[in-house]
Amino acid sequence: MNLIGLLSPELILLATGLLVLILDMAFHGKEGRREWLPFVAIAGLIVFLIAASFLWGTHTSLLSDMMAVDSFALFFKVVAGLSTLLVILASWDYFQGKTPYEGEFYGLLVLAALAITLAAASTDLIMVYLSMEFLSIGSYILVGYLREDPKSNEGAIKYFLYGAVASGIMLYGMSLVYGVTGTTNLAQIAQVFAAGKLTGDMLWLMLPALIMLLAGFGFKIALVPFHQWSPDAYEGAPTPVTAFLSVGPKAAGFAILMRVFLAAFPAFQLDWAAVLAAISMITMTLGNVVALKQTNIKRMLAYSSIAHAGYILIGFASVALDSPSLFNGVNGVLLYLLGYLFSNVGVFVAVIAFENATGSNQIPDYAGLIKRSPWLAGTLFVLLLSLTGIPATAGFLGKFFVFAAAINVQFYVLALVGIVNAAIAAFYYLNVARYMFFVPSQEESHVAIAPALAVALGIATFATLLIGLYPQPFIEFANQSVRLLGVF
Amino acid sequence: MVPLSWFLVLGAALFCIGVYGVLSRRNAIGILMGVELILNAVNINLIAFWRYRTPDHLTGLVFAVFVMAIAAAEAAVGLALIIAIYRTRNTVIVEDVDLLKM
Repeated sequence: MNLIGLLSPELILLATGLLVLILDMAFHGKEGRREWLPFVAIAGLIVFLIAASFLWGTHTSLLSDMMAVDSFALFFKVVAGLSTLLVILASWDYFQGKTPYEGEFYGLLVLAALAITLAAASTDLIMVYLSMEFLSIGSYILVGYLREDPKSNEGAIKYFLYGAVASGIMLYGMSLVYGVTGTTNLAQIAQVFAAGKLTGDMLWLMLPALIMLLAGFGFKIALVPFHQWSPDAYEGAPTPVTAFLSVGPKAAGFAILMRVFLAAFPAFQLDWAAVLAAISMITMTLGNVVALKQTNIKRMLAYSSIAHAGYILIGFASVALDSPSLFNGVNGVLLYLLGYLFSNVGVFVAVIAFENATGSNQIPDYAGLIKRSPWLAGTLFVLLLSLTGIPATAGFLGKFFVFAAAINVQFYVLALVGIVNAAIAAFYYLNVARYMFFVPSQEESHVAIAPALAVALGIATFATLLIGLYPQPFIEFANQSVRLLGVF
Repeated sequence: MVPLSWFLVLGAALFCIGVYGVLSRRNAIGILMGVELILNAVNINLIAFWRYRTPDHLTGLVFAVFVMAIAAAEAAVGLALIIAIYRTRNTVIVEDVDLLKM
């Protein structure tokens, strides 16, 4: 296939994003026509997903080894496309009356999806840095999208200041890696270490360099020492943006983390696997324990998403790609991300629907929701069960695969901490369910859901149950997607 | 010729000053300036490594140019956010921006 064909998914996203921005300007003052902009974005994303599916099974590198076209990148294209699609559906009614600049939102969201696909495909440190900054800068704008709202501003400035420092530190680490190895290409970096022809006096720089890289990647994923921004940014951001942040940039961060560490630094696996295992345990525990006492549901979900990052990291800390076992770690990460994408975005769609109807994000206000809107309460309950990790849902499949990967490489403590944490998490997820089903509410009025939100909620719930009840094709998809260019 | 280590020490010193600035400043613009210092430390590193280790490949130079361009984009978005904060609360002291707390 030629270059245009191999780059077609990215080019389609770029064209869609720019088209939405241009149409938004062209339709200035014609409010009726602007309502078509989300349809343009959705059409572009569907074409993007179709174009991406044609690349299934292609393995090659592009643009002088800057980008890879492989199953791994394709998997994250699917994650980026689906999460953006659901978030666009979820933000349908949200911005009405909150901001006059609704159109740009869809354009920025599509461009952020482009940044995720580029990040997952990057095979050069320069490209990694560029795509991460592309995603970060887009996310800062999205978090601060409600310019007149002090909370949105505050979330954005905190996200920005943490993000700018984290990316500066990551960049310093990249400059050290470049200095030690003399190249920025991931595969060539690995070759330098494999050949063992390094001048010994520089080698000690690799440890600080790896830690600095981890600071940058960990910031995107919200791993624990680098997580302080996330509760504030999640609470302050417009809720659809929170839904996007909790899935898209997190997935991109994991994609970059896995590709850089597996493709460039397999020689240091003993070091980074141990560090990641420790970070994973701290991340899970802190996320879950702090989530227990939250009363704002967005903030609770922010801490729960920190905890989920910890579970996902179990899979990567116990990576064993050459092991004959089914549980090689990376497929666990991918399966977890797929299930988490639908469950978490789904929960946020329910939160948005509730917020649109009542204007509240407090958990006690969910009291008696089963009477006020049985459909909303029922789907939210299923999605919360999936986040808890109850069997027959997508969340269970992901947890099963990452815990099994930890046991496979004999990280028993890691698996045990994960299981204990899953039990802790059940308390705060089921607390919401307790309010919905068993606490009588003062309000009796019906909670109305807009059609677009109902569709998004239906898709998310259906996918969550489908992955949980009929996992075989998804497991196969994840197993195929483990193939990274240059590693296999 | 000046040895490579001098440049690296300069870069490391600049990096430390930048990190100190980020941690000690209370003014959002001051923090942003600290970040710019960190990025300049990176550029010094990149160009010194390019000149001394791989002068026949342009990787380091290209990387440094990208870093400068991204730094400008980042500063633009950052300053816009700071202006938005200033408009809503009349302050750019980060400690006073504390609506969102546990």
